[in-house]
Amino acid sequence: MSVGSASLDHAGRPDGVLNADALRADARRQALGLLALLSPGLFLVFSIIIVPIGWLFWLSLFDETGQLSLANYARFFEQASYIKTFATTFKVAFVVTGACVLFGYPLAYMLSQLPRRAASICLIFVILPFWTSVLVRTYAWLVILQRKGLINNWLIDLGVIGQPLPLANNFAGVVIGMTHIMLPFLVLPLYASMKTIDVDCLRAGMNLGASPAATFRQIFFPLSLPGLASGVVIVFVLCLGFFVTPALMGGGKVIMWAMRMEQATSLYSNWGAGAALGVVLLAVTLALLGLFQWLLGARATGVWSRR
Amino acid sequence: MSTENSLPISHRQRLWLYLLGGLVMLFLIAPSVIIVIMSFSGSTLLQFPPEQWSLRWYQSYFGSVEWRDATIVSVKVAVMTAIVATPLGTAAAYAINAGTLRLTGAINALLTASLIIPVILIGIGTFFLYARIGLNNTLTGLVIAHTVQALPLVVLTVLSGLRSYDMNQEMVARSLGAGRFAAFFQVTMPQLRFSIVSGALFAFITSFDEVVVSLFISGGETTTLTRRMFNALRDQIDPTIAAISTCLIVLSIVLLSAAQLLGRGR
Amino acid sequence: MLLSLAPSALPIGIHGIDKRFGAVSILSDLSLDVAAGEFLTLLGPSGSGKTTLLMILAGFVRANAGSIKVGGEEIITMPPHKRNIGMVFQNYALFPHMNVFNNIAFPLKQRRVSAAETAERVERALDLVQLKGLGERRVDQLSGGQRQRVALARAIVFEPRIVLMDEPLSALDKGLREHMQIELRNLHRRLGMTTVYVTHDQREAITMSDRIAVMNAGRIEQIDQPEALYARPRTKFVTGFIGESNFIPVECRNGSVWYEDRKLHMNDSAPPAGRYLMVVRPEKLRLVPDAQQAGVLNMLPATVGDVIYQGDSFICYATLRDGRQVTLRDYCRSDVLAKLPAPGEPITLGIDAQDVVLVADQ
Repeated sequence: MSVGSASLDHAGRPDGVLNADALRADARRQALGLLALLSPGLFLVFSIIIVPIGWLFWLSLFDETGQLSLANYARFFEQASYIKTFATTFKVAFVVTGACVLFGYPLAYMLSQLPRRAASICLIFVILPFWTSVLVRTYAWLVILQRKGLINNWLIDLGVIGQPLPLANNFAGVVIGMTHIMLPFLVLPLYASMKTIDVDCLRAGMNLGASPAATFRQIFFPLSLPGLASGVVIVFVLCLGFFVTPALMGGGKVIMWAMRMEQATSLYSNWGAGAALGVVLLAVTLALLGLFQWLLGARATGVWSRR
Repeated sequence: MSTENSLPISHRQRLWLYLLGGLVMLFLIAPSVIIVIMSFSGSTLLQFPPEQWSLRWYQSYFGSVEWRDATIVSVKVAVMTAIVATPLGTAAAYAINAGTLRLTGAINALLTASLIIPVILIGIGTFFLYARIGLNNTLTGLVIAHTVQALPLVVLTVLSGLRSYDMNQEMVARSLGAGRFAAFFQVTMPQLRFSIVSGALFAFITSFDEVVVSLFISGGETTTLTRRMFNALRDQIDPTIAAISTCLIVLSIVLLSAAQLLGRGR
Repeated sequence: MLLSLAPSALPIGIHGIDKRFGAVSILSDLSLDVAAGEFLTLLGPSGSGKTTLLMILAGFVRANAGSIKVGGEEIITMPPHKRNIGMVFQNYALFPHMNVFNNIAFPLKQRRVSAAETAERVERALDLVQLKGLGERRVDQLSGGQRQRVALARAIVFEPRIVLMDEPLSALDKGLREHMQIELRNLHRRLGMTTVYVTHDQREAITMSDRIAVMNAGRIEQIDQPEALYARPRTKFVTGFIGESNFIPVECRNGSVWYEDRKLHMNDSAPPAGRYLMVVRPEKLRLVPDAQQAGVLNMLPATVGDVIYQGDSFICYATLRDGRQVTLRDYCRSDVLAKLPAPGEPITLGIDAQDVVLVADQ
């Protein structure tokens, strides 16, 4: 028995540092091992995403003559076309996000109230489009909405209208197409958060005399707000940088931020301008996400997935 | 009431809710259904429902060298992406889950950066970088770029699997004489296979459906299916695309069902 | 002998273990020797560091400093799979994707034991834990007790030098737990493997162990055989953690021990002057019917508060003169039962000189 007895080990060193170096080396070896597991992924992400963006940011600080200047950024405030692009982008983002809330909230609420089996079947209607190519869905809306598309054909055949309605290649088309694409990004996190609302809370509410409507308004709705907020932020942020649908359904009339970036780089090879747009877009995105994190704290974990 | 989470509100009182929810579901699914049906149309006009039926758009898809080549490129890239991203993402998820490293938060943020950074910016950045190292219009370049996009999905999927896995099992395996790798491959991985295969499927479909980055960095002989479709849609509405779209929808259904079945078989 | 473990049982020497998580010290300068073939229990409340110590022994947690020698060989930086230590986890950690046979064969497979020998050894291990014929069962078809046995068989089938168990019975219900305690104890006697067992259940520790190390706040408070630990606890913590007891403040001066103005008789020699707590287990207190008869007894006058009849025994709550409440327990023998005091009655409580145990008053 040697409870707290020997204060010296066999080699005569103080007990407190026995094998400390060997253990530290062992810890370092294990940390390096874990780092080795991470490093291929980190290296790829770092070199494919972080390095080019940093490089672009550097480029955006120089004007066409190679002088250090903020000309690329000043342009945003000076040229009307840029201001119009930003206005359009935010307008689309607001309208699409609003439409998603309007359609998505009732759907998520319904899903959360259905029996498990029925809910999982209905969920297919959300998940399948979610995993269907954005191009396929945009194409579908083009077919449905364009001048000689399904809706106009039907309406004319039925005699409701004489002239085709302008549904595609304009603001309305972009909004409809994007709403369709963004809806699952709102419904899925919202549904997930609604599922975590304790039914006993609602039962207690009704038991205490609240009508179903009052229970919903005073208990369920406030509890679902964090999920709704995370969905809203995801959708809004994705809208700001969205490219495919406005590019295909805007008919050249609805120019959004991402399209402007593509034009600047592909069409005009103006890397500085494109890069500056990208930097500001990234900054706005991160600011919104940061604000959201700050407001909601740890609850701000949404369903982040692909675009 | 029959179910565990419903309130004593009758289904009739909720009729308006079911109606509204049903309409939104219809809005979500109708475009895909319409496209699938129209892909079997016999006419070049957009009619719904079609008056004649045919497989001419599928013949036009499979008969076209351009479409076929683009499809092969996309399949190749998606398979390679899944093969590369799955082990990388699994390894990273394992290391993150071990959680003994400092800066885990920063590592997480970096690995999932491609979910947060606007994809258009990633596209331009990648194009810019590839232009300098000669990876534009190459399969390698596409695979690398898509791997970066697919990585967070694999990491998150495997991580969620690891979170519900009892790490004591790996510890006990190691105490019983299995080294780190043996313990992982014999004990942990068999139980994570659902998450890992799901991650691989997500990686595949992410790559296969990727549009924006491919628009910038693919071209010539390595034009992906999505890039060719995008360009075709810019010009005119070719019903061949309905046939291609149907194939893509079927692919999504097959992959999702596979993931679902795997989940049930666990 | 079915599995011949006894010859290979090795002693464990633990010296100067330090473990910190950041600024928080979990274990500090902890030393402990476990004899070859000994069943030693680490007993303590949660957060006392007992599980951390076990994890350090198994190699899953790395100490900041210290030495662990098994049969003289330093293993502190050795990876877990080379330590040859069998471990049973609280939740058993059976592999759900393998059947019972493959679970138990796992350590043999890692050691590249031939198929024939594996089959034979797994059979013997199954026999040993009384699960003969259940090799083909899936893990999820087993009851809690059966899982526990599989985990045990898996941990001993490869004849490890040491077996570590982390609260292996805590998931079982009471009856089964008590049964398994005896079974584990017998198995240990039969196989003689050096065993380190972690529990927070003092009764379990007393039932099973050769020696018990009581841990508190990262240190070992006392390490002793169960009887000694119960009868002669050395600190207030150990006394409180093992069994019930009355604490009566006493003072030591001029080489003898005093409770108020009474000098106490005791077998041990008196400690240095100062304030102490006298530890008296409820069953060591006696009702003294006639104060004159009792020769060497220490006697404390008290007043009965309440008497609770419990069938086989009774509990008497009494108040000492200083107002302190003490508890007395005795069996309901007829002679005792006949003279049970009534509430409010003045009584004399007796303590044998050999039962006087003092601990520091912290």
